[in-house]
This record gives sequence, C-alpha cells and structure tokens, in this order.
Amino acid sequence: MRRYPPVAPLTVCSLALIVIGGILMASYVPRQPPLTIPAALTAVSAVLVLTGVFLMSRLEQFAWPRFFLAFRWALLAYVISAGMIGFAFVHDHTRGAPLALVIVMLVIFALDVSLVIAFTVARYSSPPHSAY
Amino acid sequence: MTDVERAQAQTAEAVAAPPRPQVVPLRGLPIVAAVVVFVIVSIAGNWLWALTFCHVVGGALWTAIDLFVGLIVGPILGRMSIAARAEFTARFMPKMVLLMPTLVLMTLAAGFQLAIKQGNLLPGNPNHAWLVASFCVVGVMAVIALGVLEPANITVLVEMRKQQPDGAVIALLMRRFIYTAGITGLMQVATLIIMTRVATQ
Repeated sequence: MRRYPPVAPLTVCSLALIVIGGILMASYVPRQPPLTIPAALTAVSAVLVLTGVFLMSRLEQFAWPRFFLAFRWALLAYVISAGMIGFAFVHDHTRGAPLALVIVMLVIFALDVSLVIAFTVARYSSPPHSAY
Repeated sequence: MTDVERAQAQTAEAVAAPPRPQVVPLRGLPIVAAVVVFVIVSIAGNWLWALTFCHVVGGALWTAIDLFVGLIVGPILGRMSIAARAEFTARFMPKMVLLMPTLVLMTLAAGFQLAIKQGNLLPGNPNHAWLVASFCVVGVMAVIALGVLEPANITVLVEMRKQQPDGAVIALLMRRFIYTAGITGLMQVATLIIMTRVATQ
C-alpha cells in the first residue's frame, strides 16, 4: 500500500483542538469566557491544518479531481453545520472578540472535516504505484 | 489465494450485480432541510416545546442508533462474509451519511439552547458540571465520528461505485467503521448516565 504524509492524523488533531476550545468556550456561556487558552488552541489547530495542506500540496499522482469533488460537497454540508452553531452563539448574545474567535474556530472546523473526508476518499482513489 | 485476494474477489463479485450505491441519497435531502429549518426556527423563537422535542427525539434516536449499530450490528457485520458485508454496506451506509449528522445537529443545537434557557449552564447550577462532562463526551464522539467514521463511510461508498472495487480497501475501512462505531456506542452509555442525572437533579 502506498505511503502518504500524515495529512489525516494532522487534520484530526486540529479538529480535536478546535473541539476542546469549543467546549471551553461553551462551558462559560452565558458569561464572558477567558480567551487565552481557546485562542492558543485555535492557533495550534490552524498550524496543524495548514501543515496538512502543505504536505498534501506536494503530493504527485494524487486523485485531485476526486479530492476536490468530495471537498466541495463536504464543505457545503459542514458550512451549513458550522453556520448553525454560529447562529446559536450570535442568538445567545456572544459579541466582540469571543464571537470572532468562535467564527475562526468554526471556519477551521468546516475545513478540517471536509479535508479529512476528501483526503481519505482521494487517497484510496490514487494510483497505488506512485511515490510521495 | 491469499486472504486479501480472496476478499477482493468476493467483494468484486458481491458488488458487481447490485446497483452501485448513491453516496448521498438525494431523496432524503428535503427532509434534512426541513429538520434544519425547524431547529433554526425553534432557536430563533426560543420555542420551549420545539427545543425539547428536537433535543429529546434527536437524542433518543442518536443514542439508540449508536448503541444498536455499535454493539449489535457492528459485531454481527464483523462476522459476516465479505460479500454479505459489502451488500449490507451498500444499502446501509448511504442512509447513515444523511441520518446521523442531522440527528447530531438537531440534538446538540436544541440541547445547548435548552441548557441556556433553563439556567443549567450558570456556574452555581448543580447541573453545570454534568453538562460540561456531557460536552466532553460529545467532543470525543464528534472527533471519532467526523475524523474517522464518516471519512471511512464515504470512502467505502465511493469505492463501491467503481467498476472494480478494491476488496482490501473496503475490508480495511469497514474494520475501522466497526471499531469506531463500538467506541461511540459505549460513549453513549456515558451520555445516558449524564442526561438522566441532569433530568433528575
């Protein structure tokens, strides 16, 4: 079986950090949450997902058309999910910096899930004999 | 013939005859859209009955399906022949692709609003710690479901749509599906304990 860079583990770790940050933020509602730890988790999460994207961009002979097809549809589905979560926070009077952080977390969440789905679909559609 | 070759041959044979599965069943999309709109309206209107309905119905279905699939269907599936497993998967997985994310969204969005509306998230409330514990349980389930289970599920369906599906890939991903469904099933037991505590405090 062909070896791939650790795009899926990096993306799942990024997703896990966003989920932890989200739990921290949600546990403070309706009070103002302290933002240091969630912001740090979000920054690390962003670095992980960007690293995954960078590693993926260097792949040769990867099933890119299938990747983008899966990514587009998954992104549509998870933008709707993320939008609904964002709507709930706005409805609960989250404003200013906490809202901005929630939006960044939701963007990373939607990208993480779409990326891991599309990468998994494409990796098993790629030619098995090509090298990384 | 090695195990992998036998699995490939069996799976190719099994999926050659039945219709190729649709990854997302399009007929289900209007129902999903209706559920999402209903949840949004319930949240926007602070509609207590509708929020309770969405949380209880969504949560009951989510928990029951996770437990049933993880602890009953999963182990049975693991003991079936590759050919039977492939045929079951082709009919079962597309429904799960639509059903589970919709139930999860409905349960969590309505539950969070209910918790706020009823003051359960306030620091002095005896339910606060239990709700944070439930966030953690849901968080673990979300990472497993979104990061492992769903990509495997969709990849199996995409693989089955190919002219010559790779049996080894399907077997590998189905094993992942069976294990992770078992883990989320067990996590649902924790959810049941937490939610019954919250309801009776």
